[in-house]
Amino acid sequence: MNAYDLAFFLLAAMALVGAAITVLSRRLVYAAFSLLLAFLGVAGLYALLAADFLAIAQVIVYVGGILVLLLFGVMLTHRIYDTTLKSVRVQPLLGGLVAAAIAILLIRVAWNTPWNTTPEIAAEPTTAKIGEAFMKHYVFPFEFVSLILLVALIGAALIGRSRTPGSGNGR
Amino acid sequence: MVQLPHFLTVSALLFAAGVFAVVTRRNAVALLMGVELMLNAANLNFAAFSRFSHNALDGQIFAMLSIVTAAAEVAVALAIVLNIYRNVETIDADQAGDLRG
Repeated sequence: MNAYDLAFFLLAAMALVGAAITVLSRRLVYAAFSLLLAFLGVAGLYALLAADFLAIAQVIVYVGGILVLLLFGVMLTHRIYDTTLKSVRVQPLLGGLVAAAIAILLIRVAWNTPWNTTPEIAAEPTTAKIGEAFMKHYVFPFEFVSLILLVALIGAALIGRSRTPGSGNGR
Repeated sequence: MVQLPHFLTVSALLFAAGVFAVVTRRNAVALLMGVELMLNAANLNFAAFSRFSHNALDGQIFAMLSIVTAAAEVAVALAIVLNIYRNVETIDADQAGDLRG
């Protein structure tokens, strides 16, 4: 087992343990913080896959943005001092069965399909190539997704704004 | 030697964890966490296929676009969750059933 494999198994364990705690923990704040572990593990796996730009984007967007938003969501929708933050779980047996079935199916497909893979070539920095691809071949999806982001953020600000009573703008 | 199926296996397990969260949790923020796990699993698949097929960048670009969409999604979803909380004082997905026909 070389260093690459060791790093893979460590990062995979990190991601999966984080995901497991996120899913199983009864306390929402713990779940949110263990999601951090899962996101960082996935970022490490991106780095192993020679996707350096993607790894950094994962850290910045998921850990720095989405996770903070989720923590805001947890804290704004509960009394903060109520540490139990009860999170009921319904039908754990049936849900576990469905999740296990999906996992088994996907893993069987992953191992039994003769993937048309190519031998790995040496990893090289991808940032410049990704930037070039976004500006040339993928310019329409790039512009489109930035439009989506703009519209979604304006919409989120509009929906999430607290309406002061009597401002005349409420429902 | 770690190959493509190893990455796909990790991704499958992450996806299953996300499905379990979405199926069993009833708190709207916990549901969002499950969705984020599933999106991460899909992005990991994109990156893995991208690496093991000619090192083409298409998969990574798809994953980038998907990350951006996930950010937009979580912003809108949290705004909606906060609004629901403000109006009905709960974010339990089963109790907030005012729109049920």
